[in-house]
Amino acid sequence: MLESIFIEIADIIRYWFLDLGTPELLTEIILMLIKLSAILGFIIVNALWLVYMERKVAAYIQSRIGPIHTGPKGLLQTAADILKLMGKEIILPDGINRIIFILMPILIFVPPLMTWAVIPFGRDMTAVDIDMGVFYILAVGSLSTIIFWAAGWASNNKYSLIGGMRVVAQMVSYELPLVLGLLGVVMISGSLNLNQIVIAQDNVWFIFTQPIAFLIYLIAGISETNRAPFDLVEGESEIIAGPYTEYSGMGFALFFLAEYANMMVVSAVCTVMFLGGWLAPFGMDFIPSWVWFFLKMYFIIFLFMWIRWTYPRMRVDHLMAFGWKVLVPLSLANIFVTGACIYIFRGIGW
Amino acid sequence: MLPMFDGIDWLGVFFYILSAVIVVSALLVVFSKNIVHSVLWLVISFIAVAGIFITLNADFLALIQVMVYAGAICIMVVLGIMLIKRDDMNKTNMFNSQLYFGGAVALMVTFLTGFASYKINYSGNPPMVPENSVESIATLLLSKYVIPFEVVALLLTVTLVGAIYIAREVKADADS
Repeated sequence: MLESIFIEIADIIRYWFLDLGTPELLTEIILMLIKLSAILGFIIVNALWLVYMERKVAAYIQSRIGPIHTGPKGLLQTAADILKLMGKEIILPDGINRIIFILMPILIFVPPLMTWAVIPFGRDMTAVDIDMGVFYILAVGSLSTIIFWAAGWASNNKYSLIGGMRVVAQMVSYELPLVLGLLGVVMISGSLNLNQIVIAQDNVWFIFTQPIAFLIYLIAGISETNRAPFDLVEGESEIIAGPYTEYSGMGFALFFLAEYANMMVVSAVCTVMFLGGWLAPFGMDFIPSWVWFFLKMYFIIFLFMWIRWTYPRMRVDHLMAFGWKVLVPLSLANIFVTGACIYIFRGIGW
Repeated sequence: MLPMFDGIDWLGVFFYILSAVIVVSALLVVFSKNIVHSVLWLVISFIAVAGIFITLNADFLALIQVMVYAGAICIMVVLGIMLIKRDDMNKTNMFNSQLYFGGAVALMVTFLTGFASYKINYSGNPPMVPENSVESIATLLLSKYVIPFEVVALLLTVTLVGAIYIAREVKADADS
Protein backbone atom coordinates (compact mmCIF):
# COMPACT_ATOMS: atom_id res chain seq x y z
CA MET A 1 0.00 0.00 0.00
CA LEU A 2 2.58 2.52 1.15
CA GLU A 3 5.00 1.25 -1.50
CA SER A 4 2.91 2.50 -4.41
CA ILE A 5 1.12 5.43 -2.74
CA PHE A 6 2.46 8.04 -5.19
CA ILE A 7 1.69 5.90 -8.23
CA GLU A 8 -1.88 5.45 -6.95
CA ILE A 9 -2.27 9.20 -6.43
CA ALA A 10 -1.12 9.73 -10.03
CA ASP A 11 -3.62 7.12 -11.24
CA ILE A 12 -6.46 8.73 -9.30
CA ILE A 13 -5.68 12.12 -10.87
CA ARG A 14 -5.40 10.56 -14.33
CA TYR A 15 -8.79 8.78 -14.09
CA TRP A 16 -10.39 11.86 -12.60
CA PHE A 17 -9.35 13.90 -15.64
CA LEU A 18 -10.29 11.13 -18.09
CA ASP A 19 -13.73 10.91 -16.45
CA LEU A 20 -14.20 14.62 -17.06
CA GLY A 21 -13.77 13.92 -20.78
CA THR A 22 -10.28 15.34 -21.16
CA PRO A 23 -8.43 13.88 -24.17
CA GLU A 24 -5.62 11.48 -23.37
CA LEU A 25 -2.80 13.70 -24.63
CA LEU A 26 -4.02 16.67 -22.59
CA THR A 27 -4.39 14.44 -19.50
CA GLU A 28 -0.80 13.28 -19.84
CA ILE A 29 0.38 16.88 -20.26
CA ILE A 30 -1.57 17.97 -17.16
CA LEU A 31 -0.22 15.01 -15.20
CA MET A 32 3.34 15.84 -16.26
CA LEU A 33 2.85 19.45 -15.15
CA ILE A 34 1.56 18.23 -11.78
CA LYS A 35 4.56 15.92 -11.42
CA LEU A 36 7.03 18.67 -12.29
CA SER A 37 5.42 21.18 -9.92
CA ALA A 38 5.51 18.54 -7.19
CA ILE A 39 9.24 18.15 -7.87
CA LEU A 40 9.71 21.92 -7.77
CA GLY A 41 7.91 22.08 -4.44
CA PHE A 42 10.00 19.19 -3.18
CA ILE A 43 13.24 20.93 -4.18
CA ILE A 44 12.30 24.27 -2.61
CA VAL A 45 11.01 22.80 0.67
CA ASN A 46 14.09 20.59 0.90
CA ALA A 47 16.48 23.42 0.12
CA LEU A 48 14.82 25.45 2.87
CA TRP A 49 15.21 22.81 5.55
CA LEU A 50 18.62 21.62 4.39
CA VAL A 51 19.88 25.08 5.38
CA TYR A 52 18.51 24.38 8.86
CA MET A 53 20.13 20.92 8.83
CA GLU A 54 23.44 22.44 7.73
CA ARG A 55 23.33 24.94 10.62
CA LYS A 56 22.48 22.23 13.12
CA VAL A 57 25.22 19.89 11.85
CA ALA A 58 27.73 22.76 11.87
CA ALA A 59 26.69 23.68 15.39
CA TYR A 60 27.07 20.10 16.57
CA ILE A 61 30.53 19.76 15.02
CA GLN A 62 31.63 23.08 16.58
CA SER A 63 30.07 22.28 20.00
CA ARG A 64 27.34 24.91 19.70
CA ILE A 65 23.54 24.61 19.81
CA GLY A 66 22.53 26.24 16.54
CA PRO A 67 19.11 27.87 15.95
CA ILE A 68 16.64 26.99 18.74
CA HIS A 69 14.26 29.93 19.22
CA THR A 70 12.10 30.23 16.10
CA GLY A 71 9.49 27.49 16.17
CA PRO A 72 9.94 24.11 17.87
CA LYS A 73 13.66 23.37 18.11
CA GLY A 74 14.33 26.29 15.74
CA LEU A 75 12.67 24.50 12.83
CA LEU A 76 11.12 27.68 11.45
CA GLN A 77 14.38 29.64 11.52
CA THR A 78 15.16 29.29 7.79
CA ALA A 79 11.55 29.96 6.80
CA ALA A 80 11.71 33.18 8.81
CA ASP A 81 15.04 34.03 7.18
CA ILE A 82 13.59 33.60 3.71
CA LEU A 83 10.54 35.71 4.65
CA LYS A 84 12.88 38.45 5.80
CA LEU A 85 14.93 38.23 2.60
CA MET A 86 11.75 38.44 0.50
CA GLY A 87 10.88 41.67 2.23
CA LYS A 88 14.26 43.22 1.59
CA GLU A 89 14.90 45.65 -1.21
CA ILE A 90 16.71 44.23 -4.22
CA ILE A 91 19.55 46.67 -4.76
CA LEU A 92 20.59 47.17 -8.37
CA PRO A 93 24.07 48.71 -8.35
CA ASP A 94 25.28 51.18 -10.96
CA GLY A 95 26.72 49.85 -14.19
CA ILE A 96 25.31 46.36 -13.92
CA ASN A 97 23.84 44.52 -16.85
CA ARG A 98 20.28 44.80 -15.61
CA ILE A 99 18.52 42.00 -17.53
CA ILE A 100 21.21 39.37 -17.00
CA PHE A 101 21.64 40.42 -13.37
CA ILE A 102 17.95 39.84 -12.59
CA LEU A 103 17.50 36.80 -14.84
CA MET A 104 20.37 34.64 -13.57
CA PRO A 105 19.12 33.97 -9.98
CA ILE A 106 15.88 32.75 -11.54
CA LEU A 107 17.53 30.59 -14.19
CA ILE A 108 19.84 28.99 -11.64
CA PHE A 109 16.94 26.76 -10.54
CA VAL A 110 16.36 25.37 -14.05
CA PRO A 111 19.20 22.80 -14.23
CA PRO A 112 18.37 21.15 -10.85
CA LEU A 113 14.68 21.00 -11.74
CA MET A 114 15.41 19.47 -15.15
CA THR A 115 17.73 16.95 -13.56
CA TRP A 116 15.25 15.87 -10.89
CA ALA A 117 12.71 15.07 -13.60
CA VAL A 118 14.64 11.93 -14.61
CA ILE A 119 15.75 10.68 -11.19
CA PRO A 120 13.93 7.54 -10.00
CA PHE A 121 12.48 8.24 -6.56
CA GLY A 122 11.31 4.67 -6.08
CA ARG A 123 10.09 1.59 -7.91
CA ASP A 124 8.36 2.85 -11.11
CA MET A 125 8.53 6.39 -9.76
CA THR A 126 10.32 8.44 -12.40
CA ALA A 127 8.67 11.57 -13.76
CA VAL A 128 10.35 11.19 -17.17
CA ASP A 129 11.99 7.83 -17.79
CA ILE A 130 14.50 8.36 -20.62
CA ASP A 131 17.07 5.95 -22.01
CA MET A 132 20.04 8.26 -21.59
CA GLY A 133 19.40 9.39 -18.03
CA VAL A 134 23.04 9.58 -16.93
CA PHE A 135 24.09 11.47 -20.01
CA TYR A 136 21.11 13.80 -19.73
CA ILE A 137 21.97 14.68 -16.13
CA LEU A 138 25.57 15.47 -17.07
CA ALA A 139 24.52 17.55 -20.08
CA VAL A 140 21.94 19.59 -18.17
CA GLY A 141 24.23 19.94 -15.16
CA SER A 142 26.93 21.51 -17.31
CA LEU A 143 24.55 24.37 -18.12
CA SER A 144 24.72 25.84 -14.61
CA THR A 145 28.35 26.90 -15.14
CA ILE A 146 27.44 29.64 -17.57
CA ILE A 147 24.61 30.86 -15.33
CA PHE A 148 26.97 31.36 -12.38
CA TRP A 149 29.51 32.98 -14.66
CA ALA A 150 26.99 35.35 -16.26
CA ALA A 151 25.75 36.39 -12.81
CA GLY A 152 29.32 37.23 -11.82
CA TRP A 153 29.98 39.12 -15.02
CA ALA A 154 26.74 41.10 -14.99
CA SER A 155 27.46 42.43 -11.48
CA ASN A 156 30.18 44.78 -12.81
CA ASN A 157 32.40 44.10 -9.81
CA LYS A 158 35.94 42.78 -9.91
CA TYR A 159 35.32 40.30 -7.10
CA SER A 160 32.22 38.99 -8.85
CA LEU A 161 34.15 38.61 -12.11
CA ILE A 162 37.02 36.77 -10.44
CA GLY A 163 34.45 34.52 -8.74
CA GLY A 164 32.79 33.87 -12.08
CA MET A 165 36.14 32.97 -13.64
CA ARG A 166 36.79 30.59 -10.78
CA VAL A 167 33.39 28.97 -11.32
CA VAL A 168 34.28 28.28 -14.94
CA ALA A 169 37.77 26.97 -14.16
CA GLN A 170 36.63 24.80 -11.27
CA MET A 171 33.43 23.38 -12.73
CA VAL A 172 34.90 22.65 -16.15
CA SER A 173 37.95 20.88 -14.73
CA TYR A 174 36.02 18.84 -12.17
CA GLU A 175 33.33 17.86 -14.65
CA LEU A 176 35.89 15.65 -16.39
CA PRO A 177 36.65 13.31 -13.44
CA LEU A 178 32.93 13.35 -12.58
CA VAL A 179 31.99 12.03 -16.02
CA LEU A 180 34.90 9.59 -16.17
CA GLY A 181 34.06 8.28 -12.69
CA LEU A 182 30.45 7.61 -13.65
CA LEU A 183 31.65 5.85 -16.80
CA GLY A 184 32.88 2.89 -14.73
CA VAL A 185 29.35 2.33 -13.39
CA VAL A 186 27.88 2.66 -16.88
CA MET A 187 30.40 0.09 -18.17
CA ILE A 188 29.40 -2.48 -15.55
CA SER A 189 25.66 -1.97 -15.79
CA GLY A 190 25.76 -1.64 -19.59
CA SER A 191 23.04 1.01 -19.61
CA LEU A 192 22.56 4.76 -19.37
CA ASN A 193 19.01 4.43 -18.05
CA LEU A 194 18.92 5.26 -14.34
CA ASN A 195 16.27 2.63 -13.59
CA GLN A 196 18.31 -0.07 -15.34
CA ILE A 197 21.38 0.99 -13.35
CA VAL A 198 19.42 0.65 -10.10
CA ILE A 199 18.16 -2.80 -11.09
CA ALA A 200 21.70 -3.86 -12.07
CA GLN A 201 22.69 -3.29 -8.41
CA ASP A 202 20.28 -5.95 -7.19
CA ASN A 203 23.09 -8.26 -6.02
CA VAL A 204 25.82 -5.84 -5.04
CA TRP A 205 25.87 -2.05 -4.89
CA PHE A 206 28.33 -0.36 -7.19
CA ILE A 207 30.05 1.32 -4.26
CA PHE A 208 31.62 -2.09 -3.55
CA THR A 209 32.60 -2.88 -7.13
CA GLN A 210 33.59 0.73 -7.97
CA PRO A 211 34.99 2.20 -4.72
CA ILE A 212 37.49 4.45 -6.50
CA ALA A 213 34.83 5.78 -8.84
CA PHE A 214 32.66 6.53 -5.79
CA LEU A 215 35.43 8.53 -4.13
CA ILE A 216 36.20 10.40 -7.35
CA TYR A 217 32.52 11.18 -7.82
CA LEU A 218 32.15 12.37 -4.23
CA ILE A 219 35.15 14.72 -4.47
CA ALA A 220 34.19 16.04 -7.90
CA GLY A 221 30.60 16.39 -6.71
CA ILE A 222 31.62 18.58 -3.78
CA SER A 223 33.62 20.69 -6.18
CA GLU A 224 30.74 20.95 -8.67
CA THR A 225 28.43 22.24 -5.94
CA ASN A 226 31.11 24.76 -4.84
CA ARG A 227 31.13 23.60 -1.24
CA ALA A 228 34.02 23.59 1.24
CA PRO A 229 36.80 22.47 1.01
CA PHE A 230 36.38 23.50 -2.65
CA ASP A 231 34.37 26.70 -2.13
CA LEU A 232 36.99 28.97 -3.67
CA VAL A 233 34.26 30.41 -5.84
CA GLU A 234 32.89 32.25 -2.82
CA GLY A 235 36.02 32.29 -0.69
CA GLU A 236 35.01 35.22 1.52
CA SER A 237 38.53 35.88 2.78
CA GLU A 238 39.69 36.58 -0.79
CA ILE A 239 36.79 37.65 -2.98
CA ILE A 240 33.92 38.55 -0.57
CA ALA A 241 31.21 36.25 -1.96
CA GLY A 242 32.37 35.59 -5.50
CA PRO A 243 29.63 35.90 -8.11
CA TYR A 244 27.01 36.73 -5.44
CA THR A 245 28.81 39.78 -4.06
CA GLU A 246 26.40 42.35 -5.49
CA TYR A 247 23.24 40.35 -4.90
CA SER A 248 20.98 41.27 -2.02
CA GLY A 249 17.64 40.14 -0.68
CA MET A 250 15.88 37.43 -2.66
CA GLY A 251 18.50 37.40 -5.42
CA PHE A 252 21.09 36.21 -2.95
CA ALA A 253 18.64 33.83 -1.30
CA LEU A 254 17.93 32.13 -4.62
CA PHE A 255 21.62 31.48 -5.20
CA PHE A 256 21.92 30.25 -1.64
CA LEU A 257 18.99 27.84 -2.05
CA ALA A 258 20.26 26.74 -5.47
CA GLU A 259 23.45 25.54 -3.81
CA TYR A 260 21.36 23.15 -1.72
CA ALA A 261 19.27 22.13 -4.74
CA ASN A 262 22.48 21.27 -6.58
CA MET A 263 23.75 19.36 -3.58
CA MET A 264 20.52 17.34 -3.58
CA VAL A 265 20.99 16.52 -7.25
CA VAL A 266 24.57 15.35 -6.69
CA SER A 267 23.51 13.26 -3.68
CA ALA A 268 20.56 11.73 -5.54
CA VAL A 269 22.74 10.79 -8.52
CA CYS A 270 25.29 9.34 -6.10
CA THR A 271 22.52 7.29 -4.48
CA VAL A 272 21.28 6.00 -7.81
CA MET A 273 24.70 5.24 -9.26
CA PHE A 274 26.53 3.82 -6.25
CA LEU A 275 24.18 3.07 -3.35
CA GLY A 276 21.55 1.03 -5.12
CA GLY A 277 18.96 3.80 -5.53
CA TRP A 278 15.60 2.66 -4.19
CA LEU A 279 16.69 -0.96 -3.63
CA ALA A 280 16.28 -2.13 -0.03
CA PRO A 281 19.44 -3.54 1.60
CA PHE A 282 19.34 -7.00 3.25
CA GLY A 283 15.90 -7.65 1.79
CA MET A 284 14.19 -5.16 4.12
CA ASP A 285 11.28 -4.75 1.71
CA PHE A 286 8.71 -3.78 4.37
CA ILE A 287 10.07 -0.23 4.21
CA PRO A 288 8.87 1.35 0.92
CA SER A 289 11.45 1.86 -1.83
CA TRP A 290 11.12 5.66 -1.87
CA VAL A 291 11.89 5.82 1.84
CA TRP A 292 15.11 3.93 1.18
CA PHE A 293 15.99 6.34 -1.61
CA PHE A 294 15.53 9.35 0.67
CA LEU A 295 17.42 7.72 3.57
CA LYS A 296 20.42 7.10 1.34
CA MET A 297 20.20 10.56 -0.21
CA TYR A 298 20.11 12.31 3.14
CA PHE A 299 23.02 10.21 4.33
CA ILE A 300 25.11 11.47 1.40
CA ILE A 301 23.96 15.04 2.12
CA PHE A 302 25.03 14.60 5.74
CA LEU A 303 28.39 13.35 4.47
CA PHE A 304 28.75 16.55 2.41
CA MET A 305 28.01 18.70 5.47
CA TRP A 306 30.37 16.66 7.63
CA ILE A 307 33.18 17.20 5.11
CA ARG A 308 32.38 20.89 4.82
CA TRP A 309 32.69 21.57 8.53
CA THR A 310 35.76 19.37 8.99
CA TYR A 311 38.24 20.44 6.33
CA PRO A 312 39.71 23.89 5.63
CA ARG A 313 39.50 25.52 2.19
CA MET A 314 42.02 24.53 -0.47
CA ARG A 315 44.21 26.96 -2.41
CA VAL A 316 43.31 27.70 -6.03
CA ASP A 317 46.45 26.24 -7.60
CA HIS A 318 46.23 23.16 -5.36
CA LEU A 319 42.63 22.71 -6.45
CA MET A 320 43.44 22.77 -10.15
CA ALA A 321 46.54 20.60 -9.72
CA PHE A 322 44.54 18.08 -7.70
CA GLY A 323 41.81 17.94 -10.33
CA TRP A 324 44.05 17.54 -13.35
CA LYS A 325 47.02 15.65 -11.93
CA VAL A 326 45.29 13.30 -9.47
CA LEU A 327 41.59 12.87 -10.20
CA VAL A 328 41.70 12.71 -14.01
CA PRO A 329 44.52 10.13 -14.26
CA LEU A 330 42.96 8.14 -11.42
CA SER A 331 39.57 8.04 -13.13
CA LEU A 332 41.18 7.04 -16.44
CA ALA A 333 43.03 4.23 -14.66
CA ASN A 334 39.75 3.20 -13.04
CA ILE A 335 38.10 2.93 -16.46
CA PHE A 336 41.01 0.85 -17.75
CA VAL A 337 40.95 -1.53 -14.76
CA THR A 338 37.15 -1.81 -14.93
CA GLY A 339 37.29 -2.70 -18.62
CA ALA A 340 40.00 -5.31 -18.03
CA CYS A 341 38.08 -6.80 -15.09
CA ILE A 342 34.84 -7.01 -17.07
CA TYR A 343 36.71 -8.85 -19.81
CA ILE A 344 38.39 -11.25 -17.36
CA PHE A 345 35.19 -11.99 -15.45
CA ARG A 346 33.38 -12.63 -18.71
CA GLY A 347 36.18 -15.05 -19.66
CA ILE A 348 35.82 -16.89 -16.35
CA GLY A 349 32.10 -17.02 -16.93
CA TRP A 350 30.63 -14.99 -14.03
CA MET B 1 -13.13 15.61 -26.77
CA LEU B 2 -11.55 18.86 -27.78
CA PRO B 3 -11.54 18.94 -31.59
CA MET B 4 -9.00 21.73 -31.80
CA PHE B 5 -6.20 19.32 -30.86
CA ASP B 6 -6.91 16.92 -33.70
CA GLY B 7 -5.00 16.96 -36.93
CA ILE B 8 -2.24 19.29 -35.85
CA ASP B 9 1.27 18.29 -36.88
CA TRP B 10 2.86 18.87 -33.50
CA LEU B 11 6.37 18.10 -34.74
CA GLY B 12 5.89 20.69 -37.44
CA VAL B 13 4.73 23.28 -34.92
CA PHE B 14 7.74 22.62 -32.71
CA PHE B 15 10.03 22.74 -35.74
CA TYR B 16 8.82 26.22 -36.69
CA ILE B 17 9.02 27.52 -33.11
CA LEU B 18 12.55 26.17 -32.66
CA SER B 19 13.66 27.41 -36.07
CA ALA B 20 12.38 30.89 -35.29
CA VAL B 21 14.32 30.83 -31.99
CA ILE B 22 17.47 29.66 -33.77
CA VAL B 23 17.28 32.28 -36.51
CA VAL B 24 16.45 35.17 -34.18
CA SER B 25 19.11 34.28 -31.61
CA ALA B 26 21.72 33.67 -34.32
CA LEU B 27 20.98 37.12 -35.75
CA LEU B 28 21.29 38.62 -32.28
CA VAL B 29 24.67 36.88 -31.90
CA VAL B 30 25.88 38.80 -34.94
CA PHE B 31 24.23 42.13 -34.18
CA SER B 32 24.89 42.41 -30.44
CA LYS B 33 27.60 44.97 -29.77
CA ASN B 34 28.52 43.36 -26.47
CA ILE B 35 30.41 40.10 -26.87
CA VAL B 36 28.97 38.59 -23.70
CA HIS B 37 25.44 39.17 -24.94
CA SER B 38 26.45 37.50 -28.20
CA VAL B 39 27.70 34.47 -26.34
CA LEU B 40 24.56 34.15 -24.22
CA TRP B 41 22.43 34.32 -27.36
CA LEU B 42 24.70 31.65 -28.85
CA VAL B 43 23.85 29.37 -25.91
CA ILE B 44 20.13 29.83 -26.59
CA SER B 45 20.67 29.11 -30.27
CA PHE B 46 22.58 25.89 -29.49
CA ILE B 47 19.91 24.70 -27.07
CA ALA B 48 17.24 25.30 -29.72
CA VAL B 49 19.32 23.24 -32.19
CA ALA B 50 19.36 20.47 -29.56
CA GLY B 51 15.55 20.76 -29.50
CA ILE B 52 15.44 20.21 -33.27
CA PHE B 53 17.60 17.11 -32.84
CA ILE B 54 15.12 15.80 -30.28
CA THR B 55 12.20 16.23 -32.67
CA LEU B 56 14.22 14.11 -35.14
CA ASN B 57 14.66 11.35 -32.49
CA ALA B 58 18.41 12.02 -32.32
CA ASP B 59 18.54 12.23 -28.50
CA PHE B 60 22.23 11.39 -28.27
CA LEU B 61 23.19 14.16 -30.66
CA ALA B 62 20.93 16.59 -28.78
CA LEU B 63 22.61 15.86 -25.46
CA ILE B 64 26.07 16.09 -27.04
CA GLN B 65 25.01 19.46 -28.44
CA VAL B 66 24.02 20.74 -24.98
CA MET B 67 26.99 19.26 -23.14
CA VAL B 68 29.87 20.03 -25.49
CA TYR B 69 28.73 23.45 -26.61
CA ALA B 70 27.65 24.73 -23.20
CA GLY B 71 31.00 23.66 -21.76
CA ALA B 72 33.00 24.95 -24.71
CA ILE B 73 31.16 28.27 -24.67
CA CYS B 74 32.12 28.99 -21.08
CA ILE B 75 35.77 28.61 -21.96
CA MET B 76 35.28 30.73 -25.06
CA VAL B 77 33.75 33.52 -22.99
CA VAL B 78 36.56 33.46 -20.49
CA LEU B 79 39.15 33.65 -23.26
CA GLY B 80 37.15 36.37 -24.98
CA ILE B 81 37.09 38.53 -21.89
CA MET B 82 40.69 37.94 -21.01
CA LEU B 83 41.98 38.62 -24.52
CA ILE B 84 39.83 41.61 -25.46
CA LYS B 85 41.12 44.89 -24.09
CA ARG B 86 38.34 47.45 -24.31
CA ASP B 87 37.25 49.97 -21.74
CA ASP B 88 33.65 49.86 -22.89
CA MET B 89 32.02 46.42 -23.12
CA ASN B 90 29.61 47.81 -25.72
CA LYS B 91 32.44 48.04 -28.23
CA THR B 92 33.68 44.47 -27.95
CA ASN B 93 31.80 42.93 -30.87
CA MET B 94 31.92 45.59 -33.57
CA PHE B 95 31.36 45.12 -37.29
CA ASN B 96 34.55 44.94 -39.28
CA SER B 97 35.18 46.62 -42.62
CA GLN B 98 36.24 43.53 -44.60
CA LEU B 99 33.19 43.74 -46.86
CA TYR B 100 34.55 41.91 -49.92
CA PHE B 101 36.44 39.19 -48.08
CA GLY B 102 33.61 38.55 -45.59
CA GLY B 103 31.04 38.61 -48.36
CA ALA B 104 33.05 36.07 -50.35
CA VAL B 105 33.30 33.74 -47.36
CA ALA B 106 29.57 34.09 -46.63
CA LEU B 107 28.69 33.38 -50.27
CA MET B 108 30.97 30.35 -50.31
CA VAL B 109 29.40 28.91 -47.15
CA THR B 110 25.91 29.51 -48.50
CA PHE B 111 26.82 27.85 -51.78
CA LEU B 112 28.42 24.84 -50.07
CA THR B 113 25.54 24.18 -47.67
CA GLY B 114 23.02 24.71 -50.47
CA PHE B 115 24.92 22.35 -52.76
CA ALA B 116 25.24 19.73 -50.00
CA SER B 117 21.55 19.81 -49.15
CA TYR B 118 20.67 19.71 -52.86
CA LYS B 119 22.83 16.62 -53.39
CA ILE B 120 21.28 14.65 -50.50
CA ASN B 121 18.76 12.12 -51.71
CA TYR B 122 15.77 12.61 -49.40
CA SER B 123 13.67 9.48 -49.33
CA GLY B 124 10.03 9.56 -48.35
CA ASN B 125 10.26 6.71 -45.86
CA PRO B 126 13.27 7.02 -43.56
CA PRO B 127 14.17 3.84 -41.65
CA MET B 128 12.88 3.59 -38.08
CA VAL B 129 15.10 5.05 -35.39
CA PRO B 130 16.39 2.26 -33.14
CA GLU B 131 15.08 2.33 -29.59
CA ASN B 132 18.54 2.46 -28.04
CA SER B 133 20.57 4.71 -30.31
CA VAL B 134 23.63 4.87 -28.01
CA GLU B 135 24.30 1.17 -28.49
CA SER B 136 24.13 1.45 -32.27
CA ILE B 137 26.44 4.47 -32.24
CA ALA B 138 28.92 2.67 -30.01
CA THR B 139 28.91 -0.44 -32.19
CA LEU B 140 29.45 1.59 -35.35
CA LEU B 141 32.19 3.70 -33.77
CA LEU B 142 34.18 0.63 -32.73
CA SER B 143 33.64 -1.43 -35.88
CA LYS B 144 33.01 0.40 -39.14
CA TYR B 145 34.36 3.82 -38.15
CA VAL B 146 37.13 2.67 -35.82
CA ILE B 147 39.95 4.33 -37.82
CA PRO B 148 38.41 7.85 -37.90
CA PHE B 149 37.55 7.39 -34.22
CA GLU B 150 41.14 6.53 -33.33
CA VAL B 151 42.48 9.36 -35.48
CA VAL B 152 40.27 11.84 -33.64
CA ALA B 153 41.43 10.44 -30.31
CA LEU B 154 45.06 10.80 -31.41
CA LEU B 155 44.44 14.36 -32.57
CA LEU B 156 42.92 15.30 -29.22
CA THR B 157 45.85 13.74 -27.37
CA VAL B 158 48.31 15.69 -29.51
CA THR B 159 46.38 18.89 -28.80
CA LEU B 160 46.40 18.24 -25.07
CA VAL B 161 50.12 17.45 -24.98
CA GLY B 162 50.84 20.51 -27.10
CA ALA B 163 48.83 22.74 -24.79
CA ILE B 164 50.67 21.42 -21.74
CA TYR B 165 54.02 21.91 -23.49
CA ILE B 166 53.25 25.51 -24.41
CA ALA B 167 52.01 26.29 -20.89
CA ARG B 168 55.14 24.81 -19.32
CA GLU B 169 57.45 26.76 -21.58
CA VAL B 170 55.89 30.08 -20.62
CA LYS B 171 56.27 29.24 -16.94
CA ALA B 172 59.96 28.34 -17.37
CA ASP B 173 60.59 31.70 -19.08
CA ALA B 174 58.89 33.59 -16.29
CA ASP B 175 61.10 31.97 -13.68
CA SER B 176 64.42 32.84 -15.31
